[in-house]
Amino acid sequence: MTAEGAIVPVVDAAIVLVSLLNLFCGYRAVRGPTVPDRVVALDAIATNIVAIAVLFAIKTGRGLFVTVSLVLAIIAFLSTVAVAKFVTEGDIIVTQE
Amino acid sequence: MVALETVQMWAVVALVVVGSFFLTVGTIGLLRLPNVYNRMHATSKPATIGTVAIFLAGFAYFGPGGAGLSSLVGIVFLFLTVPTGAHMISRAAERTGVSFLGSVTWPGKTDDE
Repeated sequence: MTAEGAIVPVVDAAIVLVSLLNLFCGYRAVRGPTVPDRVVALDAIATNIVAIAVLFAIKTGRGLFVTVSLVLAIIAFLSTVAVAKFVTEGDIIVTQE
Repeated sequence: MVALETVQMWAVVALVVVGSFFLTVGTIGLLRLPNVYNRMHATSKPATIGTVAIFLAGFAYFGPGGAGLSSLVGIVFLFLTVPTGAHMISRAAERTGVSFLGSVTWPGKTDDE
């Protein structure tokens, strides 16, 4: 089996596997007993989607999707920080008294 | 003598397999571990390693420059932001009163606090 022939089915299988993992993370996001549980599950989903974007870039050969994955990582970090601040303080931007 | 392209493609395949394995481990930990803090441990470390391995596969596929360089920037970004986000969520969980397991306390606190 040549390497060129091996790369396409392996990347396809990885995309399907990571998508199934996203479904299982969605179970934790729905069932999680506390609010930080759901945030952790959504953060894991965001990390998996970053991986899916890179895998799609490898599958199609377009380097643009690596940049897309970077943007998704930035959005995931910002949303995680915003939700953590909101859960703790009840507000995202807290002014000093 | 093996061609350089063959080595490159097998490196991509191996890194994708390793990354999928670590992402699977992270998701199993997210489903099976008993506590918010343990689940955060499972998602922050193995999921980050899995995504970094897949970014390295992108670097091996696209070569140095262009999209490969973007992959290296993504690795640095993940190593900076994922521990920060995990720490902020765990601090929020501790402040909203999610209990620890057993006799575990927050670092820096004593038992009589």
